[in-house]
Amino acid sequence: MSEHLLSATGLHLSFGAIWALDGVDATLWPGEILAVVGESGSGKTTLLHVLSGRSAPDAGLVAYRDTEGVAHNVHAMPAPQLRALHRSDWGFVHQNPRDALRMEVSAGGNVGERLMAQGARHYGVIRESAIDWLRQVEISPSRIDDMPHTFSGGMLQRLQIARTLATHPRLVFMDEPTGGLDVSVQARLLDLIRTLVARLGIAVVLVTHDIAVARLLADRILVMRHGRVVEGGLTDQVLDDPQHPYTQLLVSSVLQA
Amino acid sequence: MSGYNFAYLDEQTKRMIRRAILKAVAIPGHQVPFGGREMPLPYGWGTGGIQVTAAILGPSDVLKVIDQGADDTTNAVSIRRFFARTAGIETTTHTADASVIQTRHRIPETPLRADQIIVYQVPLPEPLAKLEQSRAETRQMHALAEYGLMHVKLYEDIARYGHISISYDYPVMVNGRYLMSPSPIPAFDTPKMHRMAALQLFGAGREKRIYAIPPHTDVKPLDFDDHPFRLTRAPQACGLCGARDSYLDEVVMDDRGGRLFVCSDTDYCAGRQSMRQDEDAAA
Amino acid sequence: MRPAHPEVLRTEALGKSFTLHMQGGVTIPVLRDLGLTLRAGECVVLSGPSGTGKSTLIRSLYGNYRADTGRIMIRHGGDWVDLAHADPRVVLAVRRDTLGYVSQFLRVVPRVSTLEIVAEALTSRGTPPDEAKLRARSMLLRLNLVPHLHDLPPATFSGGEQQRVNLARGFIPNHPILLLDEPTSSLDAVNRDAVVELVAEAKAAGTAILAIVHDMTTRDAIADRLFHLTPLREAA
Repeated sequence: MSEHLLSATGLHLSFGAIWALDGVDATLWPGEILAVVGESGSGKTTLLHVLSGRSAPDAGLVAYRDTEGVAHNVHAMPAPQLRALHRSDWGFVHQNPRDALRMEVSAGGNVGERLMAQGARHYGVIRESAIDWLRQVEISPSRIDDMPHTFSGGMLQRLQIARTLATHPRLVFMDEPTGGLDVSVQARLLDLIRTLVARLGIAVVLVTHDIAVARLLADRILVMRHGRVVEGGLTDQVLDDPQHPYTQLLVSSVLQA
Repeated sequence: MSGYNFAYLDEQTKRMIRRAILKAVAIPGHQVPFGGREMPLPYGWGTGGIQVTAAILGPSDVLKVIDQGADDTTNAVSIRRFFARTAGIETTTHTADASVIQTRHRIPETPLRADQIIVYQVPLPEPLAKLEQSRAETRQMHALAEYGLMHVKLYEDIARYGHISISYDYPVMVNGRYLMSPSPIPAFDTPKMHRMAALQLFGAGREKRIYAIPPHTDVKPLDFDDHPFRLTRAPQACGLCGARDSYLDEVVMDDRGGRLFVCSDTDYCAGRQSMRQDEDAAA
Repeated sequence: MRPAHPEVLRTEALGKSFTLHMQGGVTIPVLRDLGLTLRAGECVVLSGPSGTGKSTLIRSLYGNYRADTGRIMIRHGGDWVDLAHADPRVVLAVRRDTLGYVSQFLRVVPRVSTLEIVAEALTSRGTPPDEAKLRARSMLLRLNLVPHLHDLPPATFSGGEQQRVNLARGFIPNHPILLLDEPTSSLDAVNRDAVVELVAEAKAAGTAILAIVHDMTTRDAIADRLFHLTPLREAA
């Protein structure tokens, strides 16, 4: 049996008197998609930031197991190592693609940046890879030299995904990746994420307030409230047979299409 | 000149600048902050270069100052006179005769020797500044040698123009470690920095940064394997001395579009012209 | 009954109730002390009036509902796994390799074509995409889904068409155990016959099938035996 890719134990983080994380444990297996759901203020985004090393917890441990099977304490890692990890093995997909993309750099340059950051020094190869990734996210390669500001919201999000996946990360953190998009655009993006992630065997921690998104993408789900995980397990089991009062409320509040 | 310390700056300041220079030499290509002083000329006129020059000059030094390769432009003339008066040192326009050469935007065509120092005036020391606004972030990038972003800029150039279009201030890697702005010298001059025998010092007055390339240090222009750095030069020969290996300025001669290409390095050009005359006279 | 065929699924003292926190925490017991055995190559049909927990049982066996008490032993590869207490990862592995489930309703990602939905049941188990699509196409044709529907997402299909997509997806991976929750409820006679044929073939291949079927003709055609569920309140 393989080992956890990421494991968090006893995470605590308070903002003043408010516990954003109040004793959270979480694990992730290689290739697994874990959804973290909850209302805004539940601590799910904070959890994402702590898991990815972007913010430090007051207490608790986040361990990442690298390709050699060596476990690293994410929050004790030297900054260069953590940054290198974020550039290579890890990816982060923001809700607003403008937070991640370089808006003054062409689509191709955006996709190629992580490759160049990893030392790619052959223009032709970088360009081929950019074209390949644009195709994979269903952006016409003819748009490769266009500036992101000429792209629609859905295209920008797909460009961000191409940029993130170009270095074949093992673990991608996603913060409401379909938020702020039209429903039809969302469906396309969901399918894209699902297909790419399955094909590339990427593990994902997905934060979303949208239970339908969690159901379609995630193997496993954590339900958060007031900085605690109130329920966790197989996605369809938690959503179809919720045990905790809060989960029952959450599930029953979803509009059925 | 009485009433001033030798070479204008007081000795404490010079020591401070020398310490910065020593550190800069020890970490080739790394920008060292220093307590830049107000100088009696405006920023952009070479205040950084002047402070570096002032800190390294000794009474026996011979100073040459060029601006865009020329010894006779206002900026060059006034800086040369400034040190002639405040330090009482000898000045020259001949590259070979100078022990210290302060320059704006050129490297002399005549190869520099181990007993010479070249001081560059630098307007913008940070090569990543145009790509990343945050100073904290660019410092971090230097600290971790994360220079992928600079290649993004080169990538964008090739995507847009089919080649790397940077014609001056071409970003270089120094000693395989630090990304450095060579100051706004033409890309034509960039290879001269590579393993140069002379010590190269850079002073940025407004930004208060000093950096350096010790003698015989590797200086490599950034490029791609399939788009290597290439020397570009106007195809003409110098209209005055006939040189085909020098960097040329284009001079408009009249109102009818007449133009002349001449060496930007006036000393080099003059030297070649007088050699020609000698040859003509001998023949 | 073919005793030569080994057991592949066994529940031991299985119990399941629902606590409805939204309705003042009332608890509704549905299954209690249930013991069911399923052998390779047999088809067992659940019988009993509606409300006796047939669907709940099927969903509990699939791990879609969480069993409160007892064990759900499933022969997974060479091992026995207690699905009621297994790690989610193990449950997913059992679902991928051992346990198939055809629910009443089709639940899929929007925009994905019917062919891809069915083929994915194979590609997720390592079948090359081209082969998976070929087999998916022939399975859809067996269930009388005309070719021009194959490339469309099933969202706009009729109930019967969606059910056949679901059936195709459920039968194509040849799982050793297959759970069918009213697989023919929206089908016409021709398609019911197609399902009966699929069940017969699966049984011949050693698949154990547990089904809920209300239609008597189909039930009689596929069932080797019935497993009767009685309402708990009466039993209690």
